[in-house]
Amino acid sequence: MSLFTDPRWGEALAHLPDYLGNHVRVSLAALALGLIVSLPLAILTRNRPTPRAILLALASIVQTVPGLALLALFYPLLLLAASVTLAWFGVSFSAFGFLPAMLALALYSMLPVLRNGITGLNGIDPALIEAAKGVGMTAPQSLVMVELPLALPVMMAGIRTAAVWVIGTATLSTPIGQTSLGNYIFAGLQTQNWVFVLFGCFASALLALAVDQLLGLIESGLRRRSRVRAGLGAAGIAALVAATLVPTMGRSSQSYVVGAKTFAEQYVLSALMRDRLQAAGLSAVARSGLGSSVIFEALKAGDIDLYVDYSGTLWANQLHRTDIKPRAELLAELQTTLAKENITLLGELGFENAYALVIPKKRAEALGIRTIADLAAHASTLSIAGDYEFFSRPEWAALQKAYGLSFRAQRQMQPDFMYAAVASGEVDVIAGYTSDGLIAKYDLVALDDPRHAIPPYDAILLLAPKRAADERLQAALKPLLGKIDIATMREANLRAAGNDANSSPDAVAKWLWEKVGGR
Amino acid sequence: MSSRPMIGYAHVTKSFGALKAVDDVSLDIAEGEFVAIVGGSGSGKTTLLRLANRLIEADGGTITVEGDDVRSVDPVALRRRIGYVFQSGGLFPHLSVADNIGITPKLLGVPAADIATRVDELLELVQLDRAAHRERLPDALSGGQRQRVGVARALAARPRIVLMDEPFGALDPLTRDALGDDFREMHRKLGLTTVMITHDMTEAILLADRIAVMRSGKLLAQGTPVELSKSSDAYVLELLRTPRRQVERLNALLPQSGAA
Repeated sequence: MSLFTDPRWGEALAHLPDYLGNHVRVSLAALALGLIVSLPLAILTRNRPTPRAILLALASIVQTVPGLALLALFYPLLLLAASVTLAWFGVSFSAFGFLPAMLALALYSMLPVLRNGITGLNGIDPALIEAAKGVGMTAPQSLVMVELPLALPVMMAGIRTAAVWVIGTATLSTPIGQTSLGNYIFAGLQTQNWVFVLFGCFASALLALAVDQLLGLIESGLRRRSRVRAGLGAAGIAALVAATLVPTMGRSSQSYVVGAKTFAEQYVLSALMRDRLQAAGLSAVARSGLGSSVIFEALKAGDIDLYVDYSGTLWANQLHRTDIKPRAELLAELQTTLAKENITLLGELGFENAYALVIPKKRAEALGIRTIADLAAHASTLSIAGDYEFFSRPEWAALQKAYGLSFRAQRQMQPDFMYAAVASGEVDVIAGYTSDGLIAKYDLVALDDPRHAIPPYDAILLLAPKRAADERLQAALKPLLGKIDIATMREANLRAAGNDANSSPDAVAKWLWEKVGGR
Repeated sequence: MSSRPMIGYAHVTKSFGALKAVDDVSLDIAEGEFVAIVGGSGSGKTTLLRLANRLIEADGGTITVEGDDVRSVDPVALRRRIGYVFQSGGLFPHLSVADNIGITPKLLGVPAADIATRVDELLELVQLDRAAHRERLPDALSGGQRQRVGVARALAARPRIVLMDEPFGALDPLTRDALGDDFREMHRKLGLTTVMITHDMTEAILLADRIAVMRSGKLLAQGTPVELSKSSDAYVLELLRTPRRQVERLNALLPQSGAA
């Protein structure tokens, strides 16, 4: 199968109206907001060196914040603002998706607009400003009739730079819940679907080029005072906006939104749940690639209706607990606590995605190792590798304490590479994930944890407060509960890690359903 | 009317920091007069000119224009009723010749059709071909043509007073000569009151009715060329000696017409 006949192109194309439309809307809204704020600031500060310097410094600082971090920062900020407005005025707004993405991108667009605006206005020959005064112009007339037209080429260059930046950076708004062309890239990277990654990159690059050219047309139209050119450019932008409004108008806002975090297992599970809801006659969409701190808040606020989380994650991150309880007790307590926030813990799917110490099966048999306690005796001659956060997580401290573990060496690794590294003997032990398909692929074994140092990470299905009494929804999801065992999930994850048409989350979700309930 | 000057400076001062740019200057310019203000760079001549239409505000003294104290007149309205010719044109590079010329009438709210007629009249007056130049941008004009447009722009709103800031300084000698003569003719025909700044005494003598000499912010002398030649001030006499010497040397170097 060649790259060009790959059916995933078709799948990617099917998402285009939704992804492109959202991308265009959030980018142009952000750009418009950025211009509305920046241009007056540039005009007001052009003759005031101190405020001008402060403004440019602030804009430069914003620019040094990585795009992803800036977008992520706006989510908690808006959550806080929303809770304040709720307390004071009784109204709240969604801190999820469009609003934080637009605000962060608008902030991001300000530097080039401000800098070029100020440079353009200050670069005008003072004799011409004097002449404007001399022929009898007031200050506003001088600004509109002389200064702005003369600064236009430099200002437009700034606006075009901002447009290209915003359209590119908008691909990073996926994790805070704003659908964009970044959905292709995030999903593609996580499921090793390079067709999606390429598609997302090309689509956003083409969009950036198209908008840049349209703005260029407007600029040359204004400069040559050709109404036709300026009109064509403006019509092009307007057509782009209009075209992106069409798909939203047809879509029902009553859809159930299934959330997913940013890794393959979550993409598969969200596709599975979406399919189940649709099979039950409910309209449903999947909103994937959400940051793991964003997704719980989004559920609480009702921006998404359901998603799968893991008991140990909520235990530590939402309940802020460091003690470890047996599975059933922990689940029960979690359920009660979540119920106080009207979040329904519908049940467990049947598998855990926990950290586990993993070694090759043959090696374990040769050394007679079955549990972490067995491993502890050999640890001083072995090396261990974990992902970027593992060695600073409470699980690692708990493991060391419970078993007296002390390894010869420890290394950090990209999670995808750990399994191959331990299989090839490059490291002796890895801190892997129990549901990872690569455990089966490389013939590895996850060691038992008899002292329960690692908290349970049962996959659990959560429902938003507004869906607490939704019986049709719950009935549609019930068939999944307790049906997906660890072996099945590992195989599903292994399939999703492949690089062909059968490895797309939709295809794997269909396979998974046939396996667990579709027979 | 004859007792009241068109422009009157009385004990006017203006400082920029420690520098006294204009130092207690009094000068009256009568209706219909063509006055040249002559001085070197930094003499305060440009400042003196710009005080009249409030491009620069005076520190002290009184300036009147057509009998009104300029401080009591809105500066924008004042500038619209006084024509101003800028050094090297000061044309707006993004506007066509016609739009440059019509700018002050447009600001005054004159209907577009009337402005178009006026622009054509003015192009004829400053001897620019209407068809060839009307829609051009200033960059496509020669230096002399630009300055002709600058003059037309200053005259567009039919001012009675025209201020000129070294209008012909940057032009080649032939163009300069022709433009000077043409403007002198317009001044007479339209009954203008003109104040021109120049550093060139020859130009001042050839064009102006009366000459005012500035140095270090002070008005050293004023009067017709003949009156000035009787001045006792060494700087004034030195300024007058230069054109004379030039004439003598030219006469020595060039054969007199008809002498061959």
